[in-house]
Amino acid sequence: MTHKTIKVLYFAALREALGTPGETVELPDGCTTLANVRSLIAGRGGDWDKLAQMKNLRAAINQRMADPGATVADGDEVAFFPPVTGG
Amino acid sequence: MSVSVREADFDIGAEIDALLAGRTDVGAVATFTGLVRDMNDGSGVHAMTLEHYPGMTEAALEDIVVEAKSRWDILAVRVIHRVGLLQPADRIVLVIVAGSHRGEAFAACEFIMDYLKTRAPFWKREDTPDGSRWVDARDTDDSAARRWD
Repeated sequence: MTHKTIKVLYFAALREALGTPGETVELPDGCTTLANVRSLIAGRGGDWDKLAQMKNLRAAINQRMADPGATVADGDEVAFFPPVTGG
Repeated sequence: MSVSVREADFDIGAEIDALLAGRTDVGAVATFTGLVRDMNDGSGVHAMTLEHYPGMTEAALEDIVVEAKSRWDILAVRVIHRVGLLQPADRIVLVIVAGSHRGEAFAACEFIMDYLKTRAPFWKREDTPDGSRWVDARDTDDSAARRWD
């Protein structure tokens, strides 16, 4: 079975902390939820740990707000970002 | 198009006229306009940059308008949110709600702003004398949005 590949985007303070607006990520077997994806990326260490440290992190799957337990599928667009401050 | 995310400023009167063009059933129009202030959290602000998530932003705003229309008997809605570099006194956001009567128009306008504050993916960065900083989300915005649950 081939691994799932997703697009991951970062915004605002998180984008600056990680030094990139986004990347393509291949998910190992068992990496099925938003929380799993967050742990996978943060687990690289270095600046990536800021993804684990950020308080009140928000996330979206395919441009809809999603909870940590939401399932991530092959080809999904996942985004991580701080709480929003528009208006 | 009831929702716009753009750099360009807006003319409130022209937007109301456009929303009401050809209609004779509207008895009330409520509007909210948000502006850039020159002071926030004790620091002077000389400029602000608004970042957003293209695609999701428009979808989130459209969802909020659909939700407002399902909760109140309103006739027309227009939402404009600016992005990019803004200066103090610049307009940031406009919400116009037209209805038969003022009650629904006022309520839906406030609801749309409360939900926008917590659900639409915009982020503000302020330039202050001490440097540039990302604006922290406010707990009061979360509690304002929860009033409608």
